Amino acid sequence: MSEEAVNPQKIIADAKALREEVGDFHDGFVESVYTQAAHIADEVVARPGEQHHFDFDRSLDRVLTSRTWGFPVMILLLGIVLWLTISGANIPSGWLATLLLDWVYNGLHSIMAALSAPLWLSGFLVDGVYLALAWVVSVMLPPMAIFFPLFTLLEDFGYLPRIAFNLDRAFAKAGAHGKQALTMTMGFGCNAAGVVATRVIDSPRERLIAIITNNFSLCNGRWPTQILIATIFIGALVPVTWSATASMLAVLFVAVLGVFVTFAASWGLSRTLLKGETSTFSLELPPYRPPRILQTLYTSVIDRTLIVLWRAAVMAAPAGAIIWLLGNVHIGGVSLAAHLVGFLNPLGWFIGLNGVILVAYIVAIPANEIVIPTVLMLTMMLGGAAGAQAGVMVDAGTHETASVLVGIGGWTLLTGINLMLFSLLHNPCSTTIMTIYQETKSLKWTIVAVALPLVLGFVTTATIAWVARALGLA
Amino acid sequence: MGRTTENIHELPAACRSCPVPQLTQLGIKAGKWDYIVALAGNPNTGKSTVFNALTGLRQHTGNWPGKTVTRAEGLFRYDEKTFRLVDLPGTYSLLATSEDEEIARDFILFGQPDVTVVVVDATRLERNLNLVFQVMEITDRVVVCLNLMDEAERHGLDVNHRALARELGVPVVPTSARSNEGIADLVQAIEEVASGERSPRPNRIAIDDAKLGQAVGRLVEQLAAAFPGLPSARWVALRLLDGDTRITKAVQTGELRDLVNAQRISTLPTLEVARA
Repeated sequence: MSEEAVNPQKIIADAKALREEVGDFHDGFVESVYTQAAHIADEVVARPGEQHHFDFDRSLDRVLTSRTWGFPVMILLLGIVLWLTISGANIPSGWLATLLLDWVYNGLHSIMAALSAPLWLSGFLVDGVYLALAWVVSVMLPPMAIFFPLFTLLEDFGYLPRIAFNLDRAFAKAGAHGKQALTMTMGFGCNAAGVVATRVIDSPRERLIAIITNNFSLCNGRWPTQILIATIFIGALVPVTWSATASMLAVLFVAVLGVFVTFAASWGLSRTLLKGETSTFSLELPPYRPPRILQTLYTSVIDRTLIVLWRAAVMAAPAGAIIWLLGNVHIGGVSLAAHLVGFLNPLGWFIGLNGVILVAYIVAIPANEIVIPTVLMLTMMLGGAAGAQAGVMVDAGTHETASVLVGIGGWTLLTGINLMLFSLLHNPCSTTIMTIYQETKSLKWTIVAVALPLVLGFVTTATIAWVARALGLA
Repeated sequence: MGRTTENIHELPAACRSCPVPQLTQLGIKAGKWDYIVALAGNPNTGKSTVFNALTGLRQHTGNWPGKTVTRAEGLFRYDEKTFRLVDLPGTYSLLATSEDEEIARDFILFGQPDVTVVVVDATRLERNLNLVFQVMEITDRVVVCLNLMDEAERHGLDVNHRALARELGVPVVPTSARSNEGIADLVQAIEEVASGERSPRPNRIAIDDAKLGQAVGRLVEQLAAAFPGLPSARWVALRLLDGDTRITKAVQTGELRDLVNAQRISTLPTLEVARA
């Protein structure tokens, strides 16, 4: 019918001929769009109030994204957030520990006794499942409840793109995409989310770099570990007045180290496995927006704190059960846990950690959040009969945790420092690994993403242990 | 999933005796819909906030561009009609130079939404209008959501939405999606355009170049004959003259014709292909 009257091929041919006739109109047309847009904007927008707020934004940006002040301000802000978290989390952590690990724990045991439950059952449920949950809540909830809202406020305010802006040059030098700064920042919340966010990077090469290195951003599950260990081992090195500051600086150091490792690894990858051009992109700096305080509190508590806590709790309950079984199933008179820990101890010693920590990292593959609770439970269990009994868990605030680790576990400053480094440099959690596989659809790159941080972690901690011992420091 | 919110916003009634149309946020729910609505806009204009306000979903919103990397979809009900809302990636243009832009453009062109809502940052009107003009080249059924009015006020700007609507030739609804202001009016405008009660007549950019104008005119004539009912003949002609390979292919393979004939539902798989 009439549709056949004009052949599509003819249209294409005509278009081609006409194109030569017309020449390049693209820029001209785009320009007339801009002119028209400018004209309309001029007609429609009045500025009775004058633009002093724009000036505010601009002068703020002059500081926050300046070459001189951009980085110091960035580190200062992160430092403030960490300091508030560390100094603020201690007290509620102690309360929660008293409540959950002392009162409720003893109460549950009394109930079990009143029901004349068999010892293995009360052990499995109360000493295993419940205790792991209680540790997760008392150790993790307070720092998360302070850290996430502060972080979300910065996000809502519009600070994240400024971080990307500041880091863009460094990423370009490393042969990576500037938007990796954004995905890296996302990784500070959750690496799995950071990996998904790399979809904003168009070039497959640069996207792979961003995926593989995302794990070097300390995630939700690892911040509490850093904060707790820094408080116990670094904070204790200085007078009490300064301990929060010293702990903050230690955590800050590890976080910034992670950023440097990100650059170094990106640089290395873009010169070896993933060679290629660096793409350019334009990044818009959005206006600063006054953060909505209440909404931020609500969403960060719901979206971040509770979800992370829930994930930790879901993982912790079975982990607690496994740990209890490991501690109570005996082969040849020695518990499974002791077998495993004994087997891994030499390797642990070599890298300045111990067998318990390595077992904990294996148990904690599904979630980094449960490393510390696992370490504590295993240490107590293997620390002799006294440790396995209820008494020691009583009132386990930061100080009690310290006494468990140092007193029973025999931890030193080296153990603390290396644990902080190993927490930064080890395999991603299983959720992140699965996400990496889904995003890359490649077993090879998934393995690279798992192996790279693990190898880096072993090398780093082994070197530090060796140096410390050679110098007679440990 | 599949949650139904009972969160109902009452809209101002046109007259007291009429039944009051209400917005019902349906979230993600399998089922039929009457209209497809595309949500376009520059990055960081509050698109996800508008999306959440309409569907009752809680997509994470954050003050940084490029946060929405996947196409989000949700449903809402208004005036006894169900609308399927598709949140497109934020883009500055539709020239398909990046994957984001291609996804957005392909949806507006091949997905044939009944309404395309362009979310515009009231504090950066000039730059945002660029995308509005590009969308208006592709489709007539445009509603401009003039968002971030609260911020414009904070910055001491007075944006006259009526004048803007007159200049553009399409409905303009001022909103502050963060505080849910103007969402009711937005829904109403969407419904009016979707149902055909209101037919926007976008003021497209005039082609000054006489030679270009003639060339476009000739191609439009042929395109109109080959693909009767094509809503975006001028845009297709311009793209062909610009040497756009994707559009050239669509003309060659007759994809453009399918597009015109296609039922709304059968166009959706095209999208999935476009994404993959």
